[in-house]
Amino acid sequence: MSVLVLAEHNDQAFLSSTFNVIEAASKINDDIHLLICGSKIENLANEGKNILALKKVITCDNEGLNNVIAEKISPIILSIAKNYTHILAPATTYGKNILPRVAALLDISQISDVIGIENPQTFIRPIYAGNAIAHVQSPQTLNLITIRPTAFERCETMGGEALIENIPYIETPSQTRFINREVTKSDRPDLSNAKIVISGGRGLENADNFKLIYELADKLKAAVGASRAAVDSGYIGNEHQVGQTGKMVAPDLYIAIGISGAIQHLAGMKDSKVIVAINKDVEAPIFKIADYGLSGDLFQVIPELMAELDLLNKIES
Amino acid sequence: MKVLVAVKRVVDYKVQIRVKSDQSGVETQNVKMSVNPPDENAIEQAIKLKEQGVASETIAVSIGDDKSQDVLRTAMAMGIDRSILAKTDQLLEPLAVAKVLKSIVENEKPDLVLLGKQAIDDDANQTGQLLSALLNWPQGCFISKLKIENNLLSISREIDEGIENLELTIPAILTCDLRLNTPRFASLPNIMKAKKKPLDVIDIGELGIDTTPKIKTIKVIEPPTRKAGIMVSDVKELIQKLKYEAKVI
Repeated sequence: MSVLVLAEHNDQAFLSSTFNVIEAASKINDDIHLLICGSKIENLANEGKNILALKKVITCDNEGLNNVIAEKISPIILSIAKNYTHILAPATTYGKNILPRVAALLDISQISDVIGIENPQTFIRPIYAGNAIAHVQSPQTLNLITIRPTAFERCETMGGEALIENIPYIETPSQTRFINREVTKSDRPDLSNAKIVISGGRGLENADNFKLIYELADKLKAAVGASRAAVDSGYIGNEHQVGQTGKMVAPDLYIAIGISGAIQHLAGMKDSKVIVAINKDVEAPIFKIADYGLSGDLFQVIPELMAELDLLNKIES
Repeated sequence: MKVLVAVKRVVDYKVQIRVKSDQSGVETQNVKMSVNPPDENAIEQAIKLKEQGVASETIAVSIGDDKSQDVLRTAMAMGIDRSILAKTDQLLEPLAVAKVLKSIVENEKPDLVLLGKQAIDDDANQTGQLLSALLNWPQGCFISKLKIENNLLSISREIDEGIENLELTIPAILTCDLRLNTPRFASLPNIMKAKKKPLDVIDIGELGIDTTPKIKTIKVIEPPTRKAGIMVSDVKELIQKLKYEAKVI
């Protein structure tokens, strides 16, 4: 019984989701292999080799895998699928795009967005935006599973000595052509694994005011999130959206500012350890799940918060 | 260009769902049902393509029991030309749904299939990708922009890092994000007109597809609830609580 994990990376480094999925794999079996598909990924193979839980690092290194095209990566996974009882990928836009293709071609029912593993055949997953939790059992001899990264800890990344194996690239004719990626470079922590997330909603009123969220985030070394309303209104890019159709986050501290708390937003953040809600509407549903609620005008509260944080930093230094 | 849209009937997104007391699932009886929200974006996109003269015909397909005719009527009231209901009383897994759609695609021969990126009930996010692989057609998932020129699809897809731009040739599968467009409301005259538009019902049993579920749901339970928090009176108190009680700053 071996488990294959599909690595998510940006050519230079693994994304943190990869470490969470390896941790999830270790709940199934200890014979865990990591598959890295990409171009010029020698350094990734060497990094992967050190991951304690891994027995083997499998690389498919070819220019044809330079940009992540699902139609080109799925045949690679397919070529080694028969060696495994479980194939795991992160439930990120990367894994969601690729793994169902493998499932279709193997005639397997994929289990999406798993947050708990009871045993190698029984999995826990949220449905209805996390308003219900399903326990499902799969008698399939090969299980394809996407894992919600925030539901699992990070695996140990050092101390391992996995074997490295290269597998051949499979040239797949594809009717999909990569043009480019529009990625905003930022020095702020990554939303998916930041310890503190400050999110803004429609209450910010416009893109200019959203700078207040960034300023506050910088004081707390926090990542910046947003509600769908804020993204739809053009205050901030889609990569910041937290919720059922955006990113799932579970930081130590989540501060929701000017967010009323639609169930679709709560789906993406209610596993945060501590939730703070700041909203002028005392009836806002966000207060029902917040550990600390503050009713007030965010345009007064945010500057006050920043002043208090400065004071706190001064006392400490 | 012929455009096919897949539409799922789901519990309305505003409904606070209830888990059944026998843990067999979520209560869907006597609950407001609607078109799955991102499927509405797919419907809107198909209608836009027809208005722009790109699409020659638009067809909506739903898979479900007789009540799924509602969402097809809604699609036609918005502007879809005709519909097909693949009738079943079973709850199908995404793989079975994709197989049924494949069979309909082979019959109808559309050039483009539009789906919502995710159904808000099972949150599986699979059907479009599955269908694409089964048909061996290119896939564009989670799209928020679409431009079609000379049968070439230029799409922007929403990924965790930002936006990815791709070009696809037809025939192709696209799954729609909520930001692709703003679905129109059906006007009353159009709702009346939609009642006369063709709606074919086919029995899933006649398609010769094995739709037996491969995964068993053991139980569906309530999520853990967060214990009620407190309201703080001002920013000073909030900072004190975060620093000394929660110890998170």
